[in-house]
Amino acid sequence: MKSLSRLLAITKKEVRQLRRDRLTFGMIVGIPVIQMLLFGYAINTDVRNLTTAFVDEANSSLSRQFIAQLVETQVVNIVEQVETAEILEERMRIGAISVAVVIPADFDRRVVDPDRPAVHLLVDGSDPTISSVANQLRAMPIAFDTAIEKRRVENVAVRPYYNPERRTPVNIIPGLMGIILTLTMMLFTAVAIVRERERGNLELLINTPVSSAELMIGKVIPYIVIGMIQLALILVVGDVLFQVPMRGSVLDLYLAAVAFIAANLALGLLISTVAKTQFQAMQMTFFVLMPSILLSGFVFPFDGMPTFARYLGEILPVTHFIRLTRGIMLRDAALLDLYPELIALGIFAVVAMTLAALRFTKRLD
Amino acid sequence: MMMNNDYAIEARGLSKHFGDLKAVSKLDLSVPRGQIYGFLGPNGSGKSTTIRMLCGLLTPTEGSADVLGTHVPGSTHDLKPKIGYMTQRFSLFGDMTVVENLQFISEIYSFPAAKRKARVAELVEKYDLASQRKQLADTLSGGQKQRLALACAVLHQPELLLLDEPTSAVDPQSRRDFWANLFRLAEGGTTILVSTHYMDEAERCHRLAILDHGVKVADGTPQELQAGTGMHIIEVTAEDPYHAQKALDQADVIASVTQLGMRLRVLIPERVPDPLGEVQRLLKAHSVAADAQLTTASLEDVFVAVTMGPEERVA
Repeated sequence: MKSLSRLLAITKKEVRQLRRDRLTFGMIVGIPVIQMLLFGYAINTDVRNLTTAFVDEANSSLSRQFIAQLVETQVVNIVEQVETAEILEERMRIGAISVAVVIPADFDRRVVDPDRPAVHLLVDGSDPTISSVANQLRAMPIAFDTAIEKRRVENVAVRPYYNPERRTPVNIIPGLMGIILTLTMMLFTAVAIVRERERGNLELLINTPVSSAELMIGKVIPYIVIGMIQLALILVVGDVLFQVPMRGSVLDLYLAAVAFIAANLALGLLISTVAKTQFQAMQMTFFVLMPSILLSGFVFPFDGMPTFARYLGEILPVTHFIRLTRGIMLRDAALLDLYPELIALGIFAVVAMTLAALRFTKRLD
Repeated sequence: MMMNNDYAIEARGLSKHFGDLKAVSKLDLSVPRGQIYGFLGPNGSGKSTTIRMLCGLLTPTEGSADVLGTHVPGSTHDLKPKIGYMTQRFSLFGDMTVVENLQFISEIYSFPAAKRKARVAELVEKYDLASQRKQLADTLSGGQKQRLALACAVLHQPELLLLDEPTSAVDPQSRRDFWANLFRLAEGGTTILVSTHYMDEAERCHRLAILDHGVKVADGTPQELQAGTGMHIIEVTAEDPYHAQKALDQADVIASVTQLGMRLRVLIPERVPDPLGEVQRLLKAHSVAADAQLTTASLEDVFVAVTMGPEERVA
């Protein structure tokens, strides 16, 4: 009974301080909303309108027809026509264009010759996305009678399930949910405890009857609630502004989020037992955050990574949470179908929490 | 279990080493109940380390202590409700008001819910914080912060108060008021262990221990300490104290010379038969015009006498 009231005293104090800290309070709402607006609208993996220049050494009716077709695809946005291939290279070097089209003088003859490419596409390979998009252009038919080509049936038909319109926000937002929760949950908890150590509050607290467990749980409770609020906020904004579907059960998503938030808070607590200053806590948070963005499958597909990086990715809680959110929200998967991810999060939370509790003692030495 | 009702703290051979640094060495300590016991020593003499060991924040390297019947080192969980601790640095919550801080402390110590409000109000009144009730702790003055810290430390009516340099950041008037509060608490039966580097504060303690480089070099009542320096104290008043000091410093019979404005405090070992004559002869030999007379030891003299190296002591 005393234990519970001490725990509540810590929680009450934490909420009181949080309410006075306007900036942090603002970040609880601000971080998810601003990041979603920014990334939801800004990130688009379905790239179009690559800035392009071309040289037409053939200058035939066929070559002009080819350029017109190129424009029609909307993949390129032709900004200029130049005289020589050297000028094209120069334009690309200074970054004025991403794609250069070279139509050689013998273009008409090359079109009917199956052994030689008719057109050269120079692509700025310093951006991997641009080259993969430009690769789509290889499939463009070039013939004297294009009507015949158009009738040809594709050998392999691709049907994008779950996101037929290939809208990027549908892919981004379930992942962004994991990244935002990682950032706020881990950072808030780590900083909340380190700040008390820096200000000397901890020396006072550990001399009171409050136990380590009461102190830790009491401090973490407000952040669990904050995590839940952020999740709701992300779901609402995702639905209203980006029409991100919620095909599975909201309850399943929330249950998955509880496990994920627990894992992040435990990690935050662990960081707080290692970091001596708030700055160190921030650095450690970012040490975890960067791989969470890059190796979790959020930005780059997990399948494309080498084995070593995949193992690294498997350690991160956000990897499992992103699989859960994409599964539940987009593929209408039930939480139980995805139980290995849930178990992974559970193991992470228990291990991190145990380490944190072992490291946190009510002593100074 | 050792139970001694006369002493709140009994420590035997308490030591704390940080690597090669011996912060506290083989400290024996007996703090009688209901008294104000002072720890006098310069910064780095081991005062804070000792206090932290006594309340279980640091584990002693060697030795042990009995604090209110609890064995240290060991679980101090049962001890926490019985002690009040005031850290050297202000450690309350700066972004909470005076009343909120007191309320929080009352909840953490599970002070009976029905009496909480009354207790907080009583302390606000008693520690002169009525007009700062709703002020954030960060915006309080040094003296107000210190009163709030003391009010929080005594809220749960502890048997033992551990105060770590409580007055190092406040003005003289606040220090006087603070000590008035300590006497009131001691009269109410609270045992107080207070560390300080101010001589005038040490003089107010019922008993005190002088620490130097982690070693207890003297302990007793201020009167006992002043009587037992083993030194003659001679006060020299000179127009030119600088030259007087030069004249005296070189002599073998003199243990130490400390300048206080126009006056010099000269310490000479007790075995020297005619200390006053020695001083007068030395001054005359260097043709320094000065007036010298025997006097009684102040606590400052005690401090100088007990913290000097052994070679100076034999002079």
